[in-house]
Amino acid sequence: MNQQADANGYFGKYGGRYIAETLMPILLEIEKDYVEAIKDPAFMEEFRYLLKDYVGRPSPLYRADRLSEVCSGARIYLKREDLNHTGAHKVNNTIGQALLARRMGRKKLMAETGAGQHGVATATAAALFGMECIVYMGEEDIVRQAPNVKRMELLGATVMPVGSGTKTLKDAMSEALRAWVAEVDTTFYVIGSVAGPHPYPTMVRDFQAVIGDETKKQIMEQEGRLPDMIVACVGGGSNAAGIFYPFIEDEAVKLVGVEAAGFGMDTGKHAASICAGDVGILHGSKTYVLQDGDGQVLNAHSVSAGLDYPGVGPQHSFWADQNRVEYCSITDDEALASFHELTLLEGIIPALESAHAVAEAKKRAAGMNKSDLLVVNLSGRGDKDLDTVLAIDGAASGKAAS
Amino acid sequence: MNRIDARFAELKAAGKKGLVAYLTAGDPDLQTSEENVRIALQGGVDVLELGVPFSDPTADGPTIQEAAQRALAAGTNLNDVLAMVKNLRKDFDTPIVLFGYANPFFRYGYETLCRDAVEAGVDGFLVVDIPYEICGELKMHTDAAGLRLIPLIAPTTAAERADRILSEAQGFAYYIMVKGVTGARRELVVDLGERIAALRGVTDLPIAAGFGVSSGEQAAEVARTADAVVVGSALVRAAHEGGLAELMVDLKRGVDGLSE
Repeated sequence: MNQQADANGYFGKYGGRYIAETLMPILLEIEKDYVEAIKDPAFMEEFRYLLKDYVGRPSPLYRADRLSEVCSGARIYLKREDLNHTGAHKVNNTIGQALLARRMGRKKLMAETGAGQHGVATATAAALFGMECIVYMGEEDIVRQAPNVKRMELLGATVMPVGSGTKTLKDAMSEALRAWVAEVDTTFYVIGSVAGPHPYPTMVRDFQAVIGDETKKQIMEQEGRLPDMIVACVGGGSNAAGIFYPFIEDEAVKLVGVEAAGFGMDTGKHAASICAGDVGILHGSKTYVLQDGDGQVLNAHSVSAGLDYPGVGPQHSFWADQNRVEYCSITDDEALASFHELTLLEGIIPALESAHAVAEAKKRAAGMNKSDLLVVNLSGRGDKDLDTVLAIDGAASGKAAS
Repeated sequence: MNRIDARFAELKAAGKKGLVAYLTAGDPDLQTSEENVRIALQGGVDVLELGVPFSDPTADGPTIQEAAQRALAAGTNLNDVLAMVKNLRKDFDTPIVLFGYANPFFRYGYETLCRDAVEAGVDGFLVVDIPYEICGELKMHTDAAGLRLIPLIAPTTAAERADRILSEAQGFAYYIMVKGVTGARRELVVDLGERIAALRGVTDLPIAAGFGVSSGEQAAEVARTADAVVVGSALVRAAHEGGLAELMVDLKRGVDGLSE
């Protein structure tokens, strides 16, 4: 199974470069410079140095005994991306792309963000390299992820509110693409997921693959063998691609991607593009998209802003069709329960995105043997979600009291 | 002969410049939209770009975004747009290009779409987010159906790339004058003449230039070098707020070189 995109950016039938002609030359230039950069030892050395001493890598692979005990099944490990600088896996990619932007002579970064983690990680890289930074963020997400908005502003970034459509990640990305067309000469667009036009799905996957590479090394050191299963949440799918990709050829390792089922798959209010979408074209890629029969993109819903997106990275669509990765979904309620459970059991407050993976891992672990090994990618920490969770808990207890 | 080719041949023979007009189909509803399209066609449009609304128009500014939202809120889909073309064909022979984004066309199915489009009286497609490299999947069907897939050339497109894009193109070339999304602009670009001259070096196709043109005066400026002037957002706004017929008169005078 070939894992590399072809010359036009397709993984099988997914991917491509569905983008305005104005942006084609810069995409071709980024691809060329990216391919050169990763072959340049000096570039890779600086990338690895920053991941180590700035981001704090390798992130630990932590054996979660209390969580494993409650599930009474597989031994569960957590890949602690939440311990990275800025609190999530996103920074692996923004450091890589900012290095590439600097190499290409760009002095300004722009990004879209949902939960704000990618926005913060981009603003952080911009601060580190002395670059300007503009982050496009849906108005609804600005409200539900207020602490991250403040962090971006402290880091010197300008947060541009996006009021069109659902005012969430999808619209932020549309607006970022519009803005890029006008500033294509000066600005590097740092896409935060394995989505968008080629070469972004490849580039982001490669920058995030450090997660899977480390996991492989760490589990070998700790257990002397590869895990039986790896579980990761999938919105656009960058943390999942990062941990899955180095294991793709290890066919004994079962890979599980967890989409957001929102209010429930039967309510239509979810963000499960692979589980419930159809092949379509959105934001530069052909991939599974939540859409109506006329090809209009539907509004996604998830309690987690980072998963609240009606598309998915094209390589995930490819893996789904190849049956290499199994995709399933977890509801808002299940994710919220796991958010609390992990916090109380392990003293780790997960991001709501990552709580989806924890919830699925619990179900899977329960059906596995005690000698089985299950790794969960704990992609981010939950500090940013406290307002959301407290509001939901408050509403629930208010309801219970009345 | 394809109506687009025929119209540009006529214009050339008459020594005239063309007016390419964009309106979003279904804005704010199908009936009003068709009435507006008829006003534009009666006002002397040479090629109609009929916009197929899409939920995520990443190359459009606020004016056309809002028009698409109004059209979608009214329930407009591709079947409706084709039906409108069929209806227009009873009275008009003007070339019609369906202008839009890949997903609604892909979802309809390229092969079926081309067949139905020909039957309705469509002459070509312009798909904003399908660049040259990956257009084969659609172009095999437009070619087979005798439809024109209109290529876009941007200010960022280098000469060698423009050459490659235009070598296989038919119909006309659409030169995007500015780096940016659609929308009216106060100032037009300075180097338009040079850019168009460069394109003439690599193609014999007629060249239409647009993005930002909103008045007869600006249209006249563009028509000095291009074969046709494309006007979109300004017409969409006039259709929505009033003054469409007047704007058509103004644009037509500009294109015909009568503005000054």
